[in-house]
Amino acid sequence: MSGLRILVCVKRVPAPGAQITLTPDARAVDARNLAFTTSPHEECAVEAALQLVEAHGGDITVLTVGPPEAEEQLRFSVSVGVQHAVLVSNDEMAAGDDPDPQATARTIADTVRTLEAEGDPFDVLLFGNESADSGGFQVGVRVARMLGIPIVNGIKGIDLADGVLTARREGDAGFEVYRMALPAAVGVKEGINLPRYPTLPGRLRSKKAEVRSIASTTEPGGLTMVRFATPTVELSETVLLGAGASAAAAVVDLLGELGLA
Amino acid sequence: MSGVPFVVIDHDRGVVGDDTRQALAFARACFPELPIAAVVIGGEQPEPIAGADSTFHIRHAALDDYAPEAWGDALHELAVAQSPSAIVATGTERGNEVLAHVAAIADQPFAANVIEAAPGDPPGTPWRIRRLRWGGSLLEDARLDATLPILSCALHVFPNVLPNAAPDRDREARPGAAVVEFVPNLGPDAGRTRIVDRVQVAEGITLTTAPVVVSGGRGVGSEEGFAAIEALAELLGAAVGCSRVVTNQGWRPHADQVGQTGKRVAPDLYIACGISGAIQHWVGMQAAKNVLAINTDPDAPMVTKADYAVIGDLHEIVPAIVDEIRRRRG
Repeated sequence: MSGLRILVCVKRVPAPGAQITLTPDARAVDARNLAFTTSPHEECAVEAALQLVEAHGGDITVLTVGPPEAEEQLRFSVSVGVQHAVLVSNDEMAAGDDPDPQATARTIADTVRTLEAEGDPFDVLLFGNESADSGGFQVGVRVARMLGIPIVNGIKGIDLADGVLTARREGDAGFEVYRMALPAAVGVKEGINLPRYPTLPGRLRSKKAEVRSIASTTEPGGLTMVRFATPTVELSETVLLGAGASAAAAVVDLLGELGLA
Repeated sequence: MSGVPFVVIDHDRGVVGDDTRQALAFARACFPELPIAAVVIGGEQPEPIAGADSTFHIRHAALDDYAPEAWGDALHELAVAQSPSAIVATGTERGNEVLAHVAAIADQPFAANVIEAAPGDPPGTPWRIRRLRWGGSLLEDARLDATLPILSCALHVFPNVLPNAAPDRDREARPGAAVVEFVPNLGPDAGRTRIVDRVQVAEGITLTTAPVVVSGGRGVGSEEGFAAIEALAELLGAAVGCSRVVTNQGWRPHADQVGQTGKRVAPDLYIACGISGAIQHWVGMQAAKNVLAINTDPDAPMVTKADYAVIGDLHEIVPAIVDEIRRRRG
């Protein structure tokens, strides 16, 4: 093999831990005071791609479907070592609309076909298991089905040898092992690795890197967001058992009452 | 599609997971008037699934162990043959994965992590659903416009207890009725993603099944700081959990992480030591029946949301609890 061609699909999402407020019409998240990041599973997918290329050679393309601001997440991927960046967007996404999973998947599959028509086919497609914000659990599966390649989700370990990808998935008491001949797709879960930080030369390179822009023309699918709502938090009355080590007796009393000690 | 709704039974080599029963309760809530069909994909012929009105068993050599693509193909074939009014599963890793495959094959929308659903009335019109976003910190009201509605219910929202079967109707299928076998055709690609090996790492109590979870956060401060937490867990027959910052620091393996990008747990008691209680952690353990927070900060979200709290340094309190348990046990 002369080197791997890897595609990683990422999504721009508000940073984990951010206080989410809604726009007055409750149809979008108010983005004005939010910091954004790459969805955590996908940040790990980028790192997994970097490690595969370090071991086997090749190059990586990072792709996002989203608003023009998602260029920030593409440039971050370049700053840690990704070679190519592609942004697929349209006016609705620019206005803050999150495309539904069917539309997102069709857009990605169409873009993969476009990129493959111009060069070599991709050997490995990496997705996050689910996006941190919308949590649809399906875009990778849909894309793989459209392209006719195998995919396994929930993957926390990847090895590659002789054109066969071995993927490990965490079960309750251990790992399940899957093997797929390339080309293959994987839905990556956080915990597969610890993503690296950008280097200074990487940051400089990412500023100058070309981000290719492609217009999305995909029709929407059948799941349509109507409005968002903030869940009501059930405020329970907290029973204070005490302060410091002297509270230990009260804790053990509680364990007894609950039948647990 | 007007047939009996399907509930996909999540099982591992014939062992049915408790969480899968939540989908039976979800289906019953969606269709109080209809009989419910459980679908068991692969393995040996199962017992009829309690809580369902009938059971389909999809039998094929390629389905012997979990195989996401083949399970999706097989379920889709059964759906084509039976025209179910919906396909639902619990939002486990496998449940969501199999439904995603069926949705992809049928080019139908799939709504994951649903907490409320009202089927289209009359049938064939869009459903109104409410689903979780951000692991539960935001709700989304949506319209599901599908000829084959496919939905997973969010974990630990619907009860594990078996719902009563729908009132008797002029139908044959009852609990205890024969299991209906279905043999799919399955194409040559169906077997290409399947479990080829298993690596056992944990013995005994696991995070998702333990009755008690003792969990540590930033306040634990180091890998060594977990020694007291492990001692307490051992005394209680508990599993050890942790927050995201702990795995990012490398103090614990990621397998121990509880939260949006880790595991969802629902123990009888969750003891949160030095965990501030950010929403991304809270959504992973909010299904716990009781929460005890041990924290220096009385205003930490974990403390204000917990059922019980001890204020102070976990490095003093946890060893004191361990000593007290040992003292009482003599």
